[in-house]
Parts: sequence; C-alpha cells; structure tokens
Amino acid sequence: MDLLRTLGDRTLERLSGLGRASIMWGHAVWGLPTLRELPLVIRQIYNFGVLSIVIIILSGFSIGAVISLQFYTQLSRFGAEDAVGLGLALVLLRELGPVMTGLLFAGRAGSAVTAEIGLMKTTEQLSSMEMMGVDPLRRIVTPRLWAGVISMPLLAAMFNVVAIYGGLIVAVQWLGGDEGGYWSGMQENVEIWNDLGKGVVKTVIFALLVTWIAVFQGYDTDPTPEGIGLATTRTVVTSSVMILAVDFILTLSMYGEF
Amino acid sequence: MSERAADVTVEDNLIEIRDLVFKRGDRLIFDGLSMTVPKGRVTALMGPSGCGKTTLLRIVGGQLKPDSGTVLVRGEDVGKLKRADLLELRKDIGMLFQSSALFTDLSVFENVAFPIREHTRLPEDTIRDLVLMKLNAVGLRGARDLMPGQLSGGMSRRVALARAIALDPCLLMYDEPFTGQDPIAMGVVVTLIKRLNSALEATSLLVSHDVHETAGISDKIYIIDDGKVVAGGQSQDLETHESARVRQFFTGSPDGPVPFHYPADKLEYDFLGDVGL
Repeated sequence: MDLLRTLGDRTLERLSGLGRASIMWGHAVWGLPTLRELPLVIRQIYNFGVLSIVIIILSGFSIGAVISLQFYTQLSRFGAEDAVGLGLALVLLRELGPVMTGLLFAGRAGSAVTAEIGLMKTTEQLSSMEMMGVDPLRRIVTPRLWAGVISMPLLAAMFNVVAIYGGLIVAVQWLGGDEGGYWSGMQENVEIWNDLGKGVVKTVIFALLVTWIAVFQGYDTDPTPEGIGLATTRTVVTSSVMILAVDFILTLSMYGEF
Repeated sequence: MSERAADVTVEDNLIEIRDLVFKRGDRLIFDGLSMTVPKGRVTALMGPSGCGKTTLLRIVGGQLKPDSGTVLVRGEDVGKLKRADLLELRKDIGMLFQSSALFTDLSVFENVAFPIREHTRLPEDTIRDLVLMKLNAVGLRGARDLMPGQLSGGMSRRVALARAIALDPCLLMYDEPFTGQDPIAMGVVVTLIKRLNSALEATSLLVSHDVHETAGISDKIYIIDDGKVVAGGQSQDLETHESARVRQFFTGSPDGPVPFHYPADKLEYDFLGDVGL
C-alpha cells in the first residue's frame, strides 16, 4: 500500500514538473528575441558554445581515433581498410556526433546553466528582477534557450570534423592506410540528407532537450545550496538518459525501414 | 460626508490590507491580517522569525497571490491585476532584498543602471548622471567599477538600495535591512532609510526583527504573530502594551509567554526513562 502511494506521489510529482516545464517553455519561446535582446543571446552563445569548444575538440579527436583504430584492425583482416573512412563518417554523422555532443554539452554547458540560474534564484536575483518589473523568463531563460539551440549543432559539426581528422591520423598516418581510399569512400557513399541531414535534425532535437532541461531545472530549483547541487545532477542525469532514449526512437523512425 | 471621509483614508494610505488569508501548502501563514501603510511614512512590520514577514512583502509586490482578502496598493487590488498592469505597478516599487540580490555578472554601475535601461530609453550620458547620483546618495560613487563579489555585505546592501531607488519609486520595501551588518554599516543603513524616505517623498515598508533600529526610524510599527496583527502603534505604545507577548518580543526577554523550550516530553522521561515513572 505504501509502495503504491509512493509510486503515485512520484508520478504526480513528475507530471506536475512536466507541466511547469511546459508552461515555462511556452512563456520563454513566445516570440523571437528582439533586437534589444540580441546581445544577451550572443553572450550566452559564448557561454554555451565557445566555452564548450575545448572539451568537444578533445573528445572528438579521441573518439575518432579510437573508432578508426578498431575499424582498421577489424577491416584489415578482410583487406577492406579503405572502408574505414566511410564507416567512421557514417557512425559519426548518424549517431555518435549528435549523441556524444549532446552528452558532453549536457555535462559542460547544461550543468553550468542550471547552476547559474539556480544561484540566481537562491540569491533572489530572479525575484528582484521580477520586482523591478522585468520578466526573468524573457531576460534570463529565453536568451539561454536560443543560445543552446544555436550553438549545439555547431558544436556537433565541429565534433564530427575533428573526429574524422582524428580517424585519418590513426588510419593513414599511423597505421599506413591509403588516404585516397579514406576520403573517396566518404565522398561516394555519404548522402547529404540521409546521413548528414538526419544527423543535424537529431542534434537540433537534442539541443532543445538539453537546454530545456537545464534551464528548467535551474529555474525550478529548491532555493538552497543543496537544491542547486541536486538540480545540477538532475540536469546531467535527465539529459543524458533522455538523449539516449530519444536517439533510439529517432534512429528507429529515421532508418527503421531497412 | 462619510463618502468624503472614505476618500481621505484611501488618499492617505498607500497600502491597505484587509482580511488577508494566505496558505502555503496546509500551513496557514496569514489568517485575516489587516493593516494600513500611511503615505510618506516609515511603517515597520515586526514579528518572530518565520511568521511570514517576507511573504507579506511578496504579496504586496504581487509575486504571491493571496487566498482571500484584498491588498490595495495605490488603490489597486494587487491580487487581481493583470500581468502588464502588475509590471507597470512594480516600476513604482523599489525593494531591497535580504540578500541584496545584486546581479553577479554586472558591475555596481550596471546593476544600478539596470532598471533604468530596462524601463526608459534615456541617452547614455543621462543614465550615467542618474546612476552616479544614486550611488552618491548611498556614498558609493567611487565603487562604480567594482563587481558585486568585491563588495562587503554592508556595501552590497547600499548598492542594492541605490538600485531600488533608481527609478524614484513611490514605495520602498525593505526585507530585513539590518540583518548581518556590522554596527557601522547598520547605522549607515538606518540613516539612509530615514533620509531616502524624506528625500524621495516616498513611503517605506520595513520588515525586521531588530527592535532597537526599527523603533528608531519607524513612525508606526505592526507586530504580527500567528498570522494576525497583534499590536500596532508607535514604539512607546508597544513597550507598555497590555499583551505580555508583545512586551516580551519588544524587550527581547527570554522569559515570558513565548516559551524558551521547544515542546518536548517531560524532563524525567528523557533522562530517567521508565525508572523515574
């Protein structure tokens, strides 16, 4: 009986959270930022995007190198080393690029935004803004939502490019594969919409998810130091799980017909 | 004749609260609270910690909606105002938060300039003059380029005060302005509140539990307890108030109707266990 009640309580809590998150989303996205708010968006693109570049590049390089190494050792047993470039490109564009960028983005930018907004709430900055007749949703939340949605696809593109070069270094410079084969496989078989386009769609969806979760967790945080810590953890955990789950659904609906 | 008398009271009171009821979850915070804040005066609201003083300020500012009762500010019912009208009203209200609530990513200058930039389209040199005037009023003209992290507690409260008066509000609300201040900073804030109130011809509503400082600057003091106003008047009246509870609060003595001990089992029970019974 107690278990049932806890279950019910939890479900209600989740549902009301979802409701609040949706209301916040509705208020915040209402209308594009005006020209006056543009500097705010640009500043957030710096916080979200530019500050995430280092981690994106480092991770992209390592992932590209590792996958290329694995592919090369397996494929060379069948004399198919030339397919390394193509395999790597497909894996990156369709899955790893969006998913890894999403996860890294949630860890780097998402947690930072939750902590930042949570701290603003705890120190009454949001309240004081409201009391000055300034809507904190428009002033704080909207620029961050837009900045996230703009910067994450760009980061994913960067991730993919760096990973492909990382793969090139391992497969060609180090293991001695053929550079021509590495590039031409990609050139001939990667399709603009089916591989690149759908990957971009995924990234945009993940970007929306992560920024939404991060901003909402910050905005809805319990205004205490522990509350901020919990909210930050929740941002990373929820976004990561959501990215992986949604990725499965997206892949199924995008490529499920084969 | 009676109609005219009614007009006069509305005219004289900036805030009128009637039968306010407010619940947080199942807890009743205000249970039929009524009070008035006369125009041009400093009115203080006192009471034990956790009695909902800050909540009342938030209700007056329209951040929380009362469950029943009316809160009139300038004759407008705050609980029923539309969002746009509420934002309009708030431009005329300056509030000093307990934690100062300075925007941590903006300098002192930009913090004070924030409400001006948001609500007016003044040219940059006018904004500069206005901000420096406000900062000068709190004695921090020289600190304009510092970041909030570099300020002491007393300084950040003064910057927050400068920001609260940036748009020359007609109502100033202070949430625990004396808490956590050293004696000098406290004295500065006390003088500032008094001085700003008369210089701006504003009305001040102050929430605090520092009896001495509050009594020194307030024209009228309300004491709330158990969700109701239990006493109201000038500080001399309250010191000799008929209610022992009010007197105890006002003199700050540990003994009185408000018990020192949190409700507990009998002493013998805890220390001697079953043997003692």
